[in-house]
Amino acid sequence: MDGGERSGDDSSTITRRTALGGTAGLAAAVLIDAGAAVSAAPAPPPGATLLIKPIVNGRVTPVTIDPRTSLLDLLRELLGLTGAKKGCDHGQCGACTVHIDGRRVASCLTLAAKTDGRAVTTIEGLADGDGLHPMQQAFIDHDALQCGYCTPGQIMAAVACIREGKATSRASIREAMSGNICRCGAYVGIVDAIADVAGKGRRV
Amino acid sequence: MRPFTYVRPDSAQAAIEAFAAAGPGARYIAGGTSLYDLMKLDIERPEHLIDVTAIRGLDGIETDGDRLRFEALAPMSAVAINRVVLRDYPVLAESLAKAASQQLRNMATVGGNLLQRTRCLYFRNGAGGVSAGMTYPCNKREPGSGCAAIGGLDRGQAVLGQSRSCTAVSPGDWPVALVALDAYVEILGRQGTRSLPVADLYRLPGGTPHLEFALTPGEIITAIVVPKAAAGRQSTYHKIRDRESYAFALASAAVALDMAGDTVRQARIALGGVATRPWRAVAAEAQLAGKQLTRETAIIAGRAALTGAKAGDHNGFKIELAARTVADALMIAAQRKPA
Ligand SMILES: Cc1cc2nc3c(=O)[nH]c(=O)nc-3n(C[C@H](O)[C@H](O)[C@H](O)COP(=O)(O)OP(=O)(O)OC[C@H]3O[C@@H](n4cnc5c(N)ncnc54)[C@H](O)[C@@H]3O)c2cc1C
Ligand code: FES
Ligand code: FES
Repeated sequence: MDGGERSGDDSSTITRRTALGGTAGLAAAVLIDAGAAVSAAPAPPPGATLLIKPIVNGRVTPVTIDPRTSLLDLLRELLGLTGAKKGCDHGQCGACTVHIDGRRVASCLTLAAKTDGRAVTTIEGLADGDGLHPMQQAFIDHDALQCGYCTPGQIMAAVACIREGKATSRASIREAMSGNICRCGAYVGIVDAIADVAGKGRRV
Repeated sequence: MRPFTYVRPDSAQAAIEAFAAAGPGARYIAGGTSLYDLMKLDIERPEHLIDVTAIRGLDGIETDGDRLRFEALAPMSAVAINRVVLRDYPVLAESLAKAASQQLRNMATVGGNLLQRTRCLYFRNGAGGVSAGMTYPCNKREPGSGCAAIGGLDRGQAVLGQSRSCTAVSPGDWPVALVALDAYVEILGRQGTRSLPVADLYRLPGGTPHLEFALTPGEIITAIVVPKAAAGRQSTYHKIRDRESYAFALASAAVALDMAGDTVRQARIALGGVATRPWRAVAAEAQLAGKQLTRETAIIAGRAALTGAKAGDHNGFKIELAARTVADALMIAAQRKPA
């Protein structure tokens, strides 16, 4: 996908490096300009950009996007949040899993435009400052990873799995986690970690 | 990906007007899990996207009265855990819960699911995208170009309803369950509303496999309606996949039984994973009516469901697999408590 880094106003073109280098808030602020509002009429001109205001990890984050941008590319390329990973870019692997309004989704198949006004939570927003989230700690304790590429997606899915009330047995956990593929085959540890957190009955 | 314009109207009427105003190249998008995926592969090339997910009051689930009514924007995951659906229509709940992953079911709508496009490898691969070294012919993608699946790697292709132009499988699970329960869709267009049996939403490929759905451009599916039936309690969606979960069906069967003791008053049977559209197995239903349900009568019915099936080079196994899937589904449904 190209064009995702450009704003609609040629004078405020921003390079990928600027976006990645700055903090998310800074990068986004540069981009606030004449983006077309997301509404029915009148029809926007072809190629028009959109101004959206997702609430990313608790912060309202205005950003101007090319309509083609996926939520995953918005997070990684525009906001510098590289926790969510691109495995397949087609909804098949789960590496890009984030939460929208508390529900897990594949960010690669989510148009970023859809997140206007909605709460997006990524792995970066899970920890409480320097304190790890219990699921992050459990993944470490149970050796639930090898290369770690699938891990942010696994952890976001794992937290949702418990919140959905599906961590009731190993079989149920496996079924609920089937959308997250681990090339390294750390599945046994992953199920252990989830069962551990669920078993302790902690709120996640 | 090609550029497109994007609007998100908040009423169905406004969406229809936006579609008409946008002209050719306009498409609705709901969850996007089928359409956006195919746009990335340069197979779908809309110029104008009209996002229907901000339409207000189009995601309800109604279970009162003599029907179930699922509005088009209800997420698959919400319908799958509805209490009435789980208790009285396991076939519906299971067809959703066994489809895709929880991430995708949270995004995908029950309306969009009906209109997802095939997973045929030759349709999906070879559109000339960056990863494809060459372009495979596909009559669905490029009318008149030919079909590379016929005589090719056809392990996943259909054994029922295929034509000389196309053997692509209709991929959805939910539509198979809906067809078994005689569901229909409510449709809104510029001319007003109409309804259509889900079974009639799907066209056989014939010589025009690119024409898949009996919808006029600009029409919106607003709801899916399932007439209530006592048979819903003794029902199941049985799905056989290459792996235990998170895969499309190699063969699947939606079954709902109206029984008097061991005797079948009426069976409803539909097949998935093996046909070019959700496939109601009328011959198998007739075969079972008035009979005792046993392992033997179940497999006879299963074989009847595959009447007329024709295999290609590598998918012959699907005929026996589907027959046994139907038989197993019948036995599973019969063990469930009647209403
Ligand atoms: C990795 C993966 C695995 C999957 N596995 C399965 C599986 O096992 N079983 C299964 O059944 N499915 C599976 N799916 C498919 C998924 O269920 C569908 O893509 C999804 O249901 C489509 O719904 P959507 O809302 O995302 O539709 P969209 O992609 O938004 O739309 C699909 C089509 O419907 C049209 N449309 C949408 N809503 C309306 C409406 N209300 N009125 C008129 N037109 C409309 C759009 O224009 C588009 O043409 C899988 C998908 C992926 C990516
Ligand atoms: S990158 Fe989104 S599911 Fe693989
Ligand atoms: S830890 Fe390597 S892919 Fe899962």
